[in-house]
Amino acid sequence: MSQISLGMPRIASYGSGNLFATESFPHAAHRDLDNAQLRANLGHATGTIREKRLKVVAELPDWEELREAGSVLKQQVMADLPRLLVQLEENVTQRGGTVHWARDAQEANEIVAGLIRAEGATEVVKVKSMATQEIGLNEYLEEQGIAAYETDLAELIVQLGHDKPSHILVPAIHKNRTEIRDIFLAEMAGVDPELTDDPRQLAMAARAHLRRKFLSTKVAISGANFAIADSGTLAVVESEGNGRMCLTLPETLITVMGIEKLLPTFLDLEVFMALLPRSSTGERMNPYTSLWTGVTEGDGPQNFHLVLLDNGRTAALADEMGRSALHCIRCSACMNVCPVYERTGGHAYGSTYPGPIGAILSPLMTGIEAEENNSLPYASSLCGACFDACPVKINIPEILVHLRGKDVDAEHAKRKLPSQMDVGMAAARVAFSSGRNLALVEKGLPLGKLMAGPDQKIKRLPGMAGGWTQSRDIPAPPKQSFRAWWKKEHVPTPDTSQTPDAAAESGEDG
Amino acid sequence: MSAREEILDRIRAALSDQPAVPPVPRNYRQTTGLDAQALVELLVDRLVDYKANVFVEEPDGVSGRIGELLAGAGRFVIPPGLPVGWLAFDAEPARAVVDHPDHPLTVGELDAMDAVLTCSAVAVAETGTIVLDGSADQGRRAISLVPDHHICVVPVKSIVGILPEALQRLDGTRPLTLISGPSATSDIELERVEGVHGPRRLDVIIAV
Ligand code: SF4
Repeated sequence: MSQISLGMPRIASYGSGNLFATESFPHAAHRDLDNAQLRANLGHATGTIREKRLKVVAELPDWEELREAGSVLKQQVMADLPRLLVQLEENVTQRGGTVHWARDAQEANEIVAGLIRAEGATEVVKVKSMATQEIGLNEYLEEQGIAAYETDLAELIVQLGHDKPSHILVPAIHKNRTEIRDIFLAEMAGVDPELTDDPRQLAMAARAHLRRKFLSTKVAISGANFAIADSGTLAVVESEGNGRMCLTLPETLITVMGIEKLLPTFLDLEVFMALLPRSSTGERMNPYTSLWTGVTEGDGPQNFHLVLLDNGRTAALADEMGRSALHCIRCSACMNVCPVYERTGGHAYGSTYPGPIGAILSPLMTGIEAEENNSLPYASSLCGACFDACPVKINIPEILVHLRGKDVDAEHAKRKLPSQMDVGMAAARVAFSSGRNLALVEKGLPLGKLMAGPDQKIKRLPGMAGGWTQSRDIPAPPKQSFRAWWKKEHVPTPDTSQTPDAAAESGEDG
Repeated sequence: MSAREEILDRIRAALSDQPAVPPVPRNYRQTTGLDAQALVELLVDRLVDYKANVFVEEPDGVSGRIGELLAGAGRFVIPPGLPVGWLAFDAEPARAVVDHPDHPLTVGELDAMDAVLTCSAVAVAETGTIVLDGSADQGRRAISLVPDHHICVVPVKSIVGILPEALQRLDGTRPLTLISGPSATSDIELERVEGVHGPRRLDVIIAV
């Protein structure tokens, strides 16, 4: 899908597929906030992983140096993308692979389905991949009469539960062990009816369920964590061994990869393989990483296809402020530390990419004008935890603010009458423009105190702001503002030349 | 216009501002400076943490240890170039089955094996990572994947401190497998469970 964006000099090529929210973030979040089980599962899981991550990150004396190197390396990749992509293509082709290019989700899906048909296959095994999730490949293949079996345990849980992933690393993070047991009992053919909710037993049930598929399926589909331009090498990082199975045993391997996944040289893996496992699962290293280059005679698949996917990435790249969102290595650290994600879960974001990174990446790839995604940049308190956690130092809060600005501009272009938001923004501009104006606004504070009633909580705000109080109460404002308090407590002494008000005002200029 | 040309054009247009990029600051460690003994100790510590079984053996103890680890096993697969001495324990009729490039075992045959015995290319002490690169003493990837029990020998000379040192020693165009402990999943409530699709038992013999 391409659309002409308002007020921009050229036509951006936006992405399609599972990048859109089906409802606005506040709407979806409101529903998911009511799900106590979901919140308990998420709170437990993100709490566990935060602790693990901090521990293994603290072990490395050069963590900040690694982050810095990772950040600059990715900047280099973006600035040099055309040359690196052509170099990757040359190396993959030279070593027996075939490279395909896909402008959008539809084109990628058609290429993959065509390749599967050419092998005469009607079923494929899949390694967890964000790119194929993004383009809705499984659904497309199903329409084409091709069965795609997810082999990652969490993906399997999601697939068997007819559910949607809610986290990019642990897609079934919203399900607890009992819920997973119930899904297996209901959906897994031939499962032991005595199955308990012991995670070990559940993992063994998945092993038994998938083993035959691994040993007999002719075509596998994967994503890629990294692609090395100077050697044509691809990397898949995983834990369970399902990745190794898919990358090694079938005759044909099809890898779908976003064009931003490149690294310039093989040695650059020393940076990213240090950053990724510690940031994602909180381990010193993930159990298995597979690296392969084209086709190796006598070892692994003898047909290898690489599908390079745009689907809105070039639109994100065109945004000078937002392009660093493409540096993301999908570690999920930002969602694990995000107070908004921890409470709403991943489904509320709609897109394949949830959490802080999703709140910037989805609108960058679809265009902020896409109605479904224009509430995403507001799904943040701008606390900055995501920026601190990000192994490649993506300044997510800064990009959120940038996108909010773009959204406001886009809304302006569309609307004739100023909206409540515009009025509110205009009022804020006046209020914050000088200390005197702010003091006037603050005079309204005792009124808020009155609105709050005896329990000192405001249950419902008027107008547009009412949306914010639908799923939360806000504490009543204090009786007086900090500025009023300061004034009272700091009566100017004769030898002070500045009044407190003047001091505050000069501070604002600094 | 082909998709390839169109995407490359889109990228060039997106980069019309010609972003300037500073040189990559590589101020992270390139080595740990640990001696061989410290490296072995660190590697053992990390592997044990991953729930691998680890044994440190003098060269003449390797074969005996392999024999012990295979005590209950029936047939096991070996790559074509395994050091002959390691199989000294294996009495006639031999239980070892060679996966030879000219007549490779089928997946079904591999699945029927009780174990696999391989050497390794490089080991990274700080992360407890063993790298297989498909050399003749390690074999193709499938043989160290399908059997449920992997016995892997790590020669002390192949141990380095951190990843930059390991990558220097490897050829990126060979099929590489980085192994850090037995297969595991954290997909259920982020609780780590060892042993899913890859070998559920990983025995590492460090040959000093
Ligand atoms: S934005 Fe950063 S922290 Fe978030 S998933 Fe991507 S790399 Fe990880």
